[in-house]
Amino acid sequence: MKEKLSKIVEEALAGIENSEHLEKLNEIRVAYLGKKGELTSVLKGMKDVLPEDRPKVGQMVNDARAVIEEKLEAKKAAFEKRILEEKIASETIDVTLPGHTPVAGHKHPNTIALDDVERIFIGMGYEVVEGPEIEYDYYNFEALNIPANHPAKDEQDTFYINSDIVLRTQTSSVQVHEMEKGKLPIRMIAPGRVFRSDEVDATHSPSFNQIEGLVIDENVTFADLKGTLAEFAKEMFGEKTKVRFRPHHFPFTEPSAEMDVSCFKCGGSGCRFCKGEGWIEILGCGMVHPRVLEMRDIDAVKYQGFAFGIGLERIALLKYEIDDMRLLYENDVRFLSQF
Amino acid sequence: MNTPLSWIKAYVPELDCDAKEFADAMTLSGTKVEGYTKFDDGLEKIVVGKITKIERHPDADKLVICQVVIDADGTSTQIVTGAPNVFEGALIPVVLDGGRVAGDHSGKRVPGGVKIKKGKLRGIESNGMMCSIEELGSTTDMYPDAAEDGIYIFNDNPEYSKATPGDDVVSLLGLRDVSFEYEITSNRVDCFSVIGIAREAAATFRKPFIPPVVTKTGNNENASDYITVEVKDPDLCPRYVARIVKNIKIAPSPEWMQRRLAACGIRPINNIVDITNYVMEEYGQPMHAFDYDTLEDKKIIVRRANDGEKFQTLDGQERELDSDILMICDGKKPVGIAGIMGGENSKITDEVKTMLFEAACFDGTNIRLSGKRLGMRTDAQTKFEKGLDPENAMEAINRACQLIEELGAGEVVGGCVDVYNTKKEPVTIEYDVERINRLLGTDIGEDEMVSYFEMVDLSVDKDKKLVTVPTWRQDVLRLADLAEEVARFYGYDKIPSTLPKGEATAGGLSYKLRIESIARNVAEHLGFCEASTYSFESPKVFDKLRLDADDAAREAVVISNPLGEDYSIMRTLTLNGMLTSLSTNYNRRNKNVRLYEMANIYIPKSLPVTELPNEYMQMTFGMYGGCDFYDMKGIVEAVITKCGLKNGISYDAQAGKNYLHPGRQANIVYNNNVIGYLGEVHPEVLDSYSIKEKAYVAVIDMRFVVEYANFNTKFKGLPKYPAVTRDISLVMDKSVQAGSIEEIIRKKGGKLMEQCELFDIYEGDRIGANMKSLAYSIRFRALDRTLEDKDVNEIMEKIISSLSDIGATLRA
Repeated sequence: MKEKLSKIVEEALAGIENSEHLEKLNEIRVAYLGKKGELTSVLKGMKDVLPEDRPKVGQMVNDARAVIEEKLEAKKAAFEKRILEEKIASETIDVTLPGHTPVAGHKHPNTIALDDVERIFIGMGYEVVEGPEIEYDYYNFEALNIPANHPAKDEQDTFYINSDIVLRTQTSSVQVHEMEKGKLPIRMIAPGRVFRSDEVDATHSPSFNQIEGLVIDENVTFADLKGTLAEFAKEMFGEKTKVRFRPHHFPFTEPSAEMDVSCFKCGGSGCRFCKGEGWIEILGCGMVHPRVLEMRDIDAVKYQGFAFGIGLERIALLKYEIDDMRLLYENDVRFLSQF
Repeated sequence: MNTPLSWIKAYVPELDCDAKEFADAMTLSGTKVEGYTKFDDGLEKIVVGKITKIERHPDADKLVICQVVIDADGTSTQIVTGAPNVFEGALIPVVLDGGRVAGDHSGKRVPGGVKIKKGKLRGIESNGMMCSIEELGSTTDMYPDAAEDGIYIFNDNPEYSKATPGDDVVSLLGLRDVSFEYEITSNRVDCFSVIGIAREAAATFRKPFIPPVVTKTGNNENASDYITVEVKDPDLCPRYVARIVKNIKIAPSPEWMQRRLAACGIRPINNIVDITNYVMEEYGQPMHAFDYDTLEDKKIIVRRANDGEKFQTLDGQERELDSDILMICDGKKPVGIAGIMGGENSKITDEVKTMLFEAACFDGTNIRLSGKRLGMRTDAQTKFEKGLDPENAMEAINRACQLIEELGAGEVVGGCVDVYNTKKEPVTIEYDVERINRLLGTDIGEDEMVSYFEMVDLSVDKDKKLVTVPTWRQDVLRLADLAEEVARFYGYDKIPSTLPKGEATAGGLSYKLRIESIARNVAEHLGFCEASTYSFESPKVFDKLRLDADDAAREAVVISNPLGEDYSIMRTLTLNGMLTSLSTNYNRRNKNVRLYEMANIYIPKSLPVTELPNEYMQMTFGMYGGCDFYDMKGIVEAVITKCGLKNGISYDAQAGKNYLHPGRQANIVYNNNVIGYLGEVHPEVLDSYSIKEKAYVAVIDMRFVVEYANFNTKFKGLPKYPAVTRDISLVMDKSVQAGSIEEIIRKKGGKLMEQCELFDIYEGDRIGANMKSLAYSIRFRALDRTLEDKDVNEIMEKIISSLSDIGATLRA
């Protein structure tokens, strides 16, 4: 009996081992373990076994069954694994074929630059505000310490609607509106369109954008102006950016300065990009002129402030190395979609 | 403003720096150097040579072979030249083998110069090159003694008669110099002069400033015996100084003066003109010389012109005057336009015997405006219009007379006539060390501050804490101006960098800007690129857009001094900008273009404009290629909904826009307000913009979006009970709008209706002509129970019954 069983097991295991696919395994399962299978027939022959031997034989049959089943399972798992591997292998694709990109739009380079500027100053606690683009002469000039017939008024080539109303030549006019609100301290930036009577060419446009900045508080110093704008330059143009402040003149600030940043192309050693100077002029700034504060009834002894004005196009042209300003207003999608 | 370094060094003798050091330091102390030209740039191994022998070239008619002595020892070398003006005995500049010249014969400078090597010219050895003035990097304008077309000949100029072979030509011609170009700000009138720059240079480099010493000039006669001066309009002429020079001998000015003028970019002419120009550069004071013998009644009268009066200026042009233009007149007639240009009738000629020298101060604004009206822009005018210091006039005219005596250009008559009604007094300012430090964020001591003031000739009374500002510093008026002086010379770079302390502020975008930013982001996710177009345009665009003659959009703010008609009105519609951009793209063969712009329109409150117009932010969309009306509609809805307008948008086909296709346009309606419109661009308009493809536009007035935006979202819970869906197919006349069907379904569907979706549109034979079929899938759900058929049947019956009232029946 025992021999018969071990022979069955041996044959079964060999059959399993030699089977080549899942179907064959099933056939083997049926042939040995099925209702008419060989092991089952051994059990059926139990009646011929002595009753005292029956548990022993039963145990032997069960053991044989377990061995065959285990082998069957193992073989089945191996087959399944092979099938999966074959499937995976057959599914290899050319990953270098082009991806299916959803059509995405693009921000205007001016807006990208503006978003950067706004992010930096909002982080420093500045509010972003706006003012009218068509503006009273008073707000654009006189309230900024540029009286009638001041040469600066001529220098700015103003577009006039009538003698009192102009297209603003500078976002500095928003300073005045902000001070008029009567709430101190002030920390604001004011982006927006400005207009000057310049013919269109590669470096000029009669309409462009500025970002005005204004901080008024007790004890705001020129050193604070320097620190703030140095921080801005680093955030905007990279951690290694150095800044240089040069004395300059604006009627509504005193002392006044222009800020240069170290050339972000050559790092300051001088190249064609910075015309060999190593520095690139970025913005004008200064301490708010006491006359400007006085005109808004702000105590110019108690309060001090600084202001700055950034040319947005200038930043965008420099940062993205755009060589012709006209591209910014043509709106050719081959240009816009590069940003 | 240009100055050569040599002239600055004349007044700051201890100045010892190279061009770059000078430029950098001056820039950082406030006198911005825009650039500089080294006159000796690219000039190497150029010496004086003496031609000892000239022979014909055997193989070239136009070439000659010269033997040239090139050093003091008499070394001779052979040079072949084609120049026509050489002769035996001529002293000429020679660039030796391996040397460099500044540029070619045309006068075009080559950076770094052009290398000269020995070689053969038509078979004859040539060991260098003789130079023209252009090859030395200059021009015959600046070196009037140079040959027009040929080699520079030293023999032509008596001052170079001592030149010997081997001398350095660059030094000899005064080319070992640098000319700096400055950007002088409008407040620093004093720096439009060599003296002003030199004073700044002395302070910047902490060296003594030694201005020219003006000595007393003139014979024992008195100018007042020659001329009387009457200023009738002292508001326009605060000071008028006149001096007389007789026995004038017109001649070239000396080499040193010519060189300084040339280095400033001024062409030397003759001694009188050159002295005038020299003093204008040196002192920043323009002067004018009249031929004294042409002045009638021996009188100068300064008065306003008469309206319509004609006057011929010394350039031969006739000018029409008006009563705001100030004139210099003699006893009978005008002889010059004050501060701008003298008259033809009184100009200095080579035959002049006696002249009247004028140094005056005129009102800057008046000169500027007069010049503008006359369409003139002279050197004198650009100086006067900055508003000169009247104190400077006397100093300058005396300096000019001193030079006349030194140069032997004439006999200066003693004394002067000076009409100076209101003397300009220096300003005094109290200085407050603590406040200056508080403004700058520094800790600079009083002594240090005082030293900075004194460096630029601001005199200090330490006891009274007073600074007296010389009259030439018109920009220093109050404490903040003193702070700038301290900052400049302390060094902007030495002031610390700190961040404002004070109370913290939250910061952020305004609510309006936040909504606009959301709208932009959605548009970009939907594939639109952001455009930017001008705010001004031509009034012709109204016709281009087919606006009716009485369309309110034609009421635009007009610019009184536009760049041209094309930029003359402030736009009341954004479509022209958008269509122009689409057109640009179309004509460049860009496919499937999608653009948007966020920008203002300008709507006048009244015309003519008396107060600021309204500025309304518009979001404008434009697209063509692979799209239709419903794509644009979907875009608009996506943008508006994301901006927090969630109450349902409706559309009114009666938008009445002439620029849109009459059957394919709609107003966008929200909360019963028209908040924008969209549509297909009218074929005629497309044609005007040369777009040969259907294009779609939409405009959303952001003012309403900002007003209605609502971001109060409350979570509703996920559905617990199943939905019941019913599909219906309706047949109706083509003119029935889907919007009205959907409105009924929504209304009758009530709270239980969850969604209503159009899933099929059919037009065709099976339902008859002029009919269409719309099929909707309607989904119902209750939040608190499972819906039964009878609930839904009741609602469906109501819906179908109401639909049949507007002629929509169930499709058989």
